[in-house]
Amino acid sequence: MSTRFFPSALFALVVLFTLPAQAVEVKRVVSPGGIEAWLIEDHKNPVIGLEWAFEGAGSTDPEGKEGLANLAASTLDEGAGPLDSQAFQGRLQDIATSLSFDAARDGFFGSLRTLKDNAADAFELARLAMAEPRFDQDAIDRVRGAILAGLRRDLSDPNYVARRAFYSAAFPDHPYGGEVRGTIASLPRIGADDLRAFAKNQLGRDRLVVAASGAITPEDLGKALDAIFGGLPAKGAGAPLPDTTPKGAGQTILVPRPMGQTIMLMGQQGVKRDDPDWYAASVMNYVLGGGGFGSRLMEEVREKRGLSYGVYSYLLPLDHAALVLASGSTVNAKAGEALAIMRQEWKRMAEQGVTEQELADAKTYLTGSFPLQFSSTSAIARILLQVKRDDLGIDYLDKRDAYINAVTRADVQRVAKRLLDPAALLTVLVGRPDGVTPTRTVEDGG
Amino acid sequence: MISARLARHVALAGALLLAAPLAVLPAAPAVAQTTERGTVEKGVFFPETFTLANGMQVVVITNRRVPVVTHMVWYRVGAADEERGTSGIAHFLEHLMFKGTEKLAPGAFSRIVAKNGGRDNAFTSWDYTAYYQNVARDRLEMVMSMEADRMANLRLTDEVVLPERDVIQEERRQRTDNEPASRLSEQMNATLYVHHPYGIPIIGWPQEIAKLSRKDAETFYKAWYAPNNAILVVSGDITAEELKPLAEKYYGAVAPRAVPERQRVEEPPLSTARRVILRDAEVRQPAIHRAWIAPSYRRDPNGHAYALQVLAEVMSSGATGRLYRSLVVEQKIATSAWLGYSPTAWDATALSVGASPAAGVSMEKLEAALEGEIAKLLEDGVTAEEVATAKRRMLAEAAYARDSLTGPAQVLGAALATGQSVDDVESWPVRIDAVTADQVNAAARAVLNQPNHVTGLLLPPAGKES
Repeated sequence: MSTRFFPSALFALVVLFTLPAQAVEVKRVVSPGGIEAWLIEDHKNPVIGLEWAFEGAGSTDPEGKEGLANLAASTLDEGAGPLDSQAFQGRLQDIATSLSFDAARDGFFGSLRTLKDNAADAFELARLAMAEPRFDQDAIDRVRGAILAGLRRDLSDPNYVARRAFYSAAFPDHPYGGEVRGTIASLPRIGADDLRAFAKNQLGRDRLVVAASGAITPEDLGKALDAIFGGLPAKGAGAPLPDTTPKGAGQTILVPRPMGQTIMLMGQQGVKRDDPDWYAASVMNYVLGGGGFGSRLMEEVREKRGLSYGVYSYLLPLDHAALVLASGSTVNAKAGEALAIMRQEWKRMAEQGVTEQELADAKTYLTGSFPLQFSSTSAIARILLQVKRDDLGIDYLDKRDAYINAVTRADVQRVAKRLLDPAALLTVLVGRPDGVTPTRTVEDGG
Repeated sequence: MISARLARHVALAGALLLAAPLAVLPAAPAVAQTTERGTVEKGVFFPETFTLANGMQVVVITNRRVPVVTHMVWYRVGAADEERGTSGIAHFLEHLMFKGTEKLAPGAFSRIVAKNGGRDNAFTSWDYTAYYQNVARDRLEMVMSMEADRMANLRLTDEVVLPERDVIQEERRQRTDNEPASRLSEQMNATLYVHHPYGIPIIGWPQEIAKLSRKDAETFYKAWYAPNNAILVVSGDITAEELKPLAEKYYGAVAPRAVPERQRVEEPPLSTARRVILRDAEVRQPAIHRAWIAPSYRRDPNGHAYALQVLAEVMSSGATGRLYRSLVVEQKIATSAWLGYSPTAWDATALSVGASPAAGVSMEKLEAALEGEIAKLLEDGVTAEEVATAKRRMLAEAAYARDSLTGPAQVLGAALATGQSVDDVESWPVRIDAVTADQVNAAARAVLNQPNHVTGLLLPPAGKES
């Protein structure tokens, strides 16, 4: 490509740089009380990031009380111990600390960012939030109101409407198909007792995964781990979710909306993170539609034809299911054409895989761009937490490039053939698309 | 102005008036340098600066955490500098800058960056247009050579321009037309500014976008894109000493050209309060917003810009801000309430408040309560203690500003492109620390007593209120 102008040496650089060892030395820290964490220590900024997960916690809300885990996540920081909501939040602000919790499909997450000088106070607030949450009725009502408002607001977002329609069709009998925030019907049924039971039973140390980065020594982190998590119950309650596979193969679901554009979302069975073909699938996805400009979907749909502002594909590996998806939007009149092109690219990849050049370009991007993710103290802790949760090994950061570089064209071809079948895609369209015959039409109605 | 930007392919911040409720982050968040006596000292990012012989300003922020850099070129031109009738051309040109030069094929720029493990993008605001790449340190020279090339040698053909015009029309549908809240925001802007181009959407009005031509783009490019109208900002694993030879080699080779002065019309004096009402079947959660014209750093004759940032912290600091505490926690009539202000703009900007009602609460009641809080502020003012707490929190929170690869480059680039100096940015902690309660109250009164505000209501269809 363009080497005729630029010094060719610059473009010949496909040297696979890795992060310098000292920048990413991952330390395994075990607290005196036996709690493990991984740490990337870095004292260049006075910032500490701590990220943790309770694996599988809250992934199954009780029947009729959907949204419990998320309501708990949103109220844990609304007062704890002697501090009511305003006092607790004010204390966090005074020490320039952010503390938040998040209920996701596969677990319950905590996140803390603080300054070195305020670390002791910040750790105490994190402990307090999990060990002694108040769940004052006032705070519950207020947070519930905000969640309900958020749910109503999201119904104005056609992308959200598309996701809801897709996941409820793909996982009709599994929590993955539900709305993690609950529903307008279920949220009012959740009370303080439910939240107390959740905090007491779900946040067990047996499910805890912790990662840290920034201005903290292993010794201090060890002490902090015991201080924050040591008082939590040894075991969390509840069975893990069952494995599942996406349903709705071959369906095209239309959600009519009075807009000028059609939102398209389609997907089918993908690969889990521990699948031997994960890296081959990552290369495949990059070439198909994961790479932005230069990906086949973007090239065909946007660059050549101007049909869309953006069209992408992505892998979604969950603990108990996996998807490969594509999404985009286009003016209603062109929806049939855009959809046909996307499906054609799906087919071409399944049949022909990638070229040597595409394989090489994907590898240099996927390896070369990794250090760009190490953009802040908290970002580094989040990467580390993900590596630990996925059981990739403490030396993963050193080995990652080799895993990617080992992928061959045959590997990509194999995984593409296994995964991509345009006839079996579950497709959701939101808008007033021309040139598409849906198999089913659903009114979202709110 | 504010944080509204249009990305080439990444959804960045939304529109001016409906910006995120918590968008009270100062334009130049700072690392407060506190001495033993507890006084605040100058210094936020500690950048190095120099200027090339052709007039291109260069800023370097060293951050050696990982061997990567953010490389940004900012042009001092944006949507508010467009000729009337060609709205959207600044943003359209931003897209077209990826469509090749004499030496580089259309689309090759991003592909080469990606192939080298980098990420690139661009964004347009009313006051600036910026292009950036995040790359490994050893690829910096490569992206500099390409960025300098397209500063002077863009080559466009209708073959690539016309499909891209379809793309930006799709972008407008996706960003604005599909979502009622975005449409309301656009129309509030158009109402708040009746004459100044901040009232025109960055992406452009649809009937004008549809007619933008290759020639429009070329004219805009030739008028404004020149090294003497650009700022190079590099942050990451590099120093000024290391960057300088590269900057001279690539950008220094681009000849300077005469660039027009920015000609911005002034808003006329207006005395009417205005209301903008959007009713749409897709609205399930109503909201109210109100906006006033407010000073920017550059257009701040009475020195209110720093005091207004402290005001925003007092009124809208997360869960403990006055508005949230009163409307959401105590009166329980709203699910959110906020005040937003950012002074990073070439011309006068906006200060806005907003709230969303709790279930069963009428918009009339919510509006009255919001007005009640403003009346209370204007009557009683903020206390010295509130101001002290707000300043302490702002200065402490600002310690995170440098803990980022791209953040410092964005803050400095936006500041320099809107008429601030590096010294202004570095002085942010000192100037915030110097704000008094009296100054906050004077600034609040100067802005909020203006009668010519605009109120926006986002509502479901008549008769369908919940």
